[in-house]
Amino acid sequence: MDKKIRVLVAKPGLDGHDRGAKVIARALRDDGMEVIYTGLRQTPEQIVTAAIQEDVDVVALSILSGAHNHLFPRVTELLVEKGAGDILVIGGGVIPEADYDFLKSKGVAAVFGPGTPTKSTIDFIRNNIKRK
Amino acid sequence: MRSGNPAGSGDRPRADRGLAERVADGEIRAVARLISHLEDGDPAAEEAMRALRGRHGKAHLIGITGPPGSGKSTLTDKLIGVFRSRGARVGVLAVDPSSPFTGGAILGDRLRMQGHATDEGVFIRSLASRGRLGGLSRATQAAARVLDAAGYDYVVIETVGVGQSEVDIVKIADTVALVSVPGLGDDIQVIKAGIMEIGDVFVVNKSDREGSDRVVREIRGMLETAASLKRSALPPPVDSLRGRGSVTGPGYQASAPSAAAPGADAPASATEVAPAPGAITMSPEELAHHLTESAYNVNLAADPELPPVLKTVAETGEGVEALADAIIAHRRGLEASGKLVERRLEGIRAEMRGLIAFRLLDALEGGAGRSREDALARAVLAGGEDVYGAAEELFAALSKGGMP
Ligand SMILES: Nc1nc2c(ncn2[C@@H]2O[C@H](COP(=O)(O)OP(=O)(O)OP(=O)(O)O)[C@@H](O)[C@H]2O)c(=O)[nH]1
Ligand SMILES: [Mg+2]
Repeated sequence: MDKKIRVLVAKPGLDGHDRGAKVIARALRDDGMEVIYTGLRQTPEQIVTAAIQEDVDVVALSILSGAHNHLFPRVTELLVEKGAGDILVIGGGVIPEADYDFLKSKGVAAVFGPGTPTKSTIDFIRNNIKRK
Repeated sequence: MRSGNPAGSGDRPRADRGLAERVADGEIRAVARLISHLEDGDPAAEEAMRALRGRHGKAHLIGITGPPGSGKSTLTDKLIGVFRSRGARVGVLAVDPSSPFTGGAILGDRLRMQGHATDEGVFIRSLASRGRLGGLSRATQAAARVLDAAGYDYVVIETVGVGQSEVDIVKIADTVALVSVPGLGDDIQVIKAGIMEIGDVFVVNKSDREGSDRVVREIRGMLETAASLKRSALPPPVDSLRGRGSVTGPGYQASAPSAAAPGADAPASATEVAPAPGAITMSPEELAHHLTESAYNVNLAADPELPPVLKTVAETGEGVEALADAIIAHRRGLEASGKLVERRLEGIRAEMRGLIAFRLLDALEGGAGRSREDALARAVLAGGEDVYGAAEELFAALSKGGMP
């Protein structure tokens, strides 16, 4: 058997660019993962539908616009609602450290601030995905 | 092994029902999970596929192939829209290459299909080729079958037309649409030798750009040359001579069969036929005249002398309705002539061969296989064995059911 880690890299909210998301997408690919990339301005509903159809192990959310406290919990809620609460959700982008605990309490497994080495994200994924 | 999930209100999976049964009910999570099992070579997949046997064969499997960036995903997005507007359910498999170095992949086709992201009648799945043999993923054919069994009326398979994948797609799809675009240089980039043959419908996308008419003419020219070469090798059938010249317009090809057999057992019927840009348009009287020659029309649909060449602007959706009609007309033609069965038999044969090849390679790449292979390679290098004898020995060991 040849199992691959599948990751949905998604950008909820109204950010105008996705450079950071593309950097992490490439880093994950270079680590041997399969990355589904869906572009800018995704609604939580779109993200969750894609995560389920793509049967991903991880949803990596990236946001710059500041709406993370609203949008991230919406994604985790919807995942649980759809019976997909086993998917690991992580976040990144521009998120004040003061919000980390709140997001974790809402089911976001980890938050990676700007400048986090991609290696830390990769290691976190490898050590925390719930399947396999 | 990926574990099952607790019941959730969205899909309402029930623990007492098997994966296959949930797939047959069209349960999204089950469909997605079975495709993963297929990709991973999980034994659970085989069991589920066995239970699903006999449940497929209804969907129209459509291959969309062409060079990188030619607009395949955008076209697929618009085709989804057309099929949905006719009440059909649509599954999409978008295949992108895996990196040969890391085995990873970035799968970006879905980006262009976000307009249908939350439509319950649309299921989109990105597949990495994970390929060793050919450009399609080893799971593609089986995944198409899963979507068929789950009740999707159309299954669109997008693959990049480089290397082997465009040849593979013809073994999976009932209808292959070959996409090209203007402005990629003097040669028709898609239409390399041998690739021409796999196109059932030719699409010149990005027709908003200069040079699209020239590409259409070039493709038509090549199709005509190929057809006349074939004719000169065979005694000319009367019908084919009659058909040439007057009936090569994409609008005609696209509309005649669907008008002749409105709604006939296909999942969706073409109610309105928009002529492709540049199509030969006919008055209702002219069309009626042509349609009264029904035997002729059946022949045309069954064994079209020339595949249609259609111009599209995927970005605006222009010409996509006619493309959908041409695709449907092609499949109806296959059904009418009995060639659908032939084509699918060929696909199944190719799939079986593929499975055997994959099993042999898996055995070869497993620990014992690899060391035996290595030992034999060393023997060949040292001169104690020749490569034919070594291959023979390896093959004999493998076909006895794995390595010792
Ligand atoms: N001008 C013009 N641009 C188009 C048209 N169709 C698609 N595009 C653009 O072409 C680019 C590539 O489109 P895609 O649909 O991603 O092409 P693709 O063939 O799926 O690409 P790959 O999957 O990467 O091989 C995008 O920027 C589209 O917006 C068209 O009809 N006209
Ligand atoms: Mg694409």
